[in-house]
Amino acid sequence: MLSEEEKKEIDQELSHSPTRQAVVIEALKIIQRHRRWVSDDSLKDLAEYLEMSLDALDSVATFYSLIFRREVGEHVILICDSVSCWIMGYDTVLDHLKKKLGIDLGETTADGKFTLLTIPCLGVCERAPAMIIDRETYGDLTPERIDEIIDKLK
Amino acid sequence: MEKPLTKNIDPERGPLDIRGYERAGGYAGFKKALREMSPQKVQEEVTDANLRGRGGAGFGTGMKWSFVPMGDEAPRTKYLIANADEMEPGTFKDRILMEGDPHLLIEGMIISSYAIQARAAYIFLRWAYKRSEELLRKAIAEAYEAGYLGKNILGSGYDLEMYIHVSAGRYMCGEETGLLNALEGKRATPRAKPPFPQTSGLWGKPSIVQNVETLCNVPGIIVNGADWYKKLSKTGDGGTKIYGVSGRVKRPGAWELPMGTTVREILEEHAGGMRDGYKFKGLLPGGASTDFLVEEHLDTPMDFGSIMKVGSRMGTGTMIILDDKTCPVAMLVNLEKFFAQESCGWCTPCRDGLPWTHKMLMAIENGEGRMEDLEQLELHCNFLGPGRTFCALAPGAVEPLQSALKYFRDDFEKHIKDKQCPWRK
Ligand SMILES: Cc1cc2nc3c(=O)[nH]c(=O)nc-3n(C[C@H](O)[C@H](O)[C@H](O)COP(=O)(O)O)c2cc1C
Ligand code: SF4
Repeated sequence: MLSEEEKKEIDQELSHSPTRQAVVIEALKIIQRHRRWVSDDSLKDLAEYLEMSLDALDSVATFYSLIFRREVGEHVILICDSVSCWIMGYDTVLDHLKKKLGIDLGETTADGKFTLLTIPCLGVCERAPAMIIDRETYGDLTPERIDEIIDKLK
Repeated sequence: MEKPLTKNIDPERGPLDIRGYERAGGYAGFKKALREMSPQKVQEEVTDANLRGRGGAGFGTGMKWSFVPMGDEAPRTKYLIANADEMEPGTFKDRILMEGDPHLLIEGMIISSYAIQARAAYIFLRWAYKRSEELLRKAIAEAYEAGYLGKNILGSGYDLEMYIHVSAGRYMCGEETGLLNALEGKRATPRAKPPFPQTSGLWGKPSIVQNVETLCNVPGIIVNGADWYKKLSKTGDGGTKIYGVSGRVKRPGAWELPMGTTVREILEEHAGGMRDGYKFKGLLPGGASTDFLVEEHLDTPMDFGSIMKVGSRMGTGTMIILDDKTCPVAMLVNLEKFFAQESCGWCTPCRDGLPWTHKMLMAIENGEGRMEDLEQLELHCNFLGPGRTFCALAPGAVEPLQSALKYFRDDFEKHIKDKQCPWRK
């Protein structure tokens, strides 16, 4: 079931949208803000709410890389793996994070705190290597700086 | 030197609010356009200025607008969209403009919307740009409050609403017809052209998609005129350009310089040259989807025509530097992995060809390549080139590859002969 809060936020989007379909991406993001990810059940509820078929909705949901159709942790760490960050030390950043968290790319820590993923170029190439966590961007990463950032979120 | 795009940007102070922006001469172009100029006149001024699109292709902005139906017969609803998706690897110029001076983009969007008589304007913003989103939302609210957005703007009878759409991430959202599909809540696959967005775009209405930096050029052109704008440049393409440099240079960053500043000046004077212990080997002049340039090209002016003449594209004007301690083959593995991952899968050459290309490059990098692979790669550059795929993603993907095969051939061959990467020991 969509919560009242979720419905209210989706209605707000619908109020200035020319079609119901046009709010799909925003609606998926709303669900994700409340529940971290979009489960099959959430998807079914949303399809009903937007009067769309489940498949049509899922085809959109699975296209966008920042809509999570599998469960993720409390903080999703997205490391930039594009060219400028790669030149400037992506490998070091990745290795350090893997060791520190004890997980591989695509995995979540046992306590459900962190999920580790990659993301294309974050547009902060002058501060490469970079990552983004909870929509905060961190550049000029070194192992020490990573420790600081992660320890604060723990 | 005049810097119409960045004159208000001061990272220490932060961006100007609407009052500060107006005190610095902001919204003068907007007022002049709505009070003294017809939409046609605005279009003419932009055409005369020879403003070329800063999203990568360099298409004439005035020319693009001229395809939008105008007058009483034209559809009442039209759209203007600012393309702020900026996912081209190595590109960070639009972010600097939005974070530095959000009102400049909004003023440029209002004038451009007026020029094509759009009823609504969207900013299509990538998710990672949270600070841009916050600043733009605040700036839009201020513009509404001042009566610069909404109904009957400045008593001109012109109405305009403005919205922000925050994307959920995919490189294809930046392709203009993919972007329109994304805004409609669909998968960001491209659309067949014709019909072109100028006549049938968002929800089938006439629409203009324009890069953020392009739009930021418009207020200056309207206030100071086309001649002033052309004189800002060192070459035939008008205006200034935000150039950027990333990689192992002393001072990575972005700078507003006259259009046509040479690659060497940007690299050596502004980015401070290579870091100690690193030598220059090559560069991608304007993002991941442009052809490599090497030492012999450094004195080329960075403008659309000149870079084209030496076999590449200016693209977004943000250069990525390859140094002598970085393996060019491994760099290609990284680039083609990006393109293969971001392919939308709509057409076969790209959907199947790019992963194949990536795998061949990986094999070579891992010392498992064969000489025939180089021919295969060249063949793929051809099969994925312009005119063979549905959109420009795949042709963009082969640009760094075809040029790497040309300029760094020896390095590829050495990987194959030695059965290992010379950079990995
Ligand atoms: C795969 C792909 C991604 C693109 N991404 C962007 C982008 O993020 N921003 C942008 O302005 N243009 C991007 N473009 C170019 C747009 O399709 C379009 O040409 C541009 O927004 C037009 O604006 P302009 O004329 O002001 O340059 C992309 C093109 C392709 C093929
Ligand atoms: S070239 Fe690639 S990205 Fe473009 S339509 Fe074809 S599959 Fe999609």
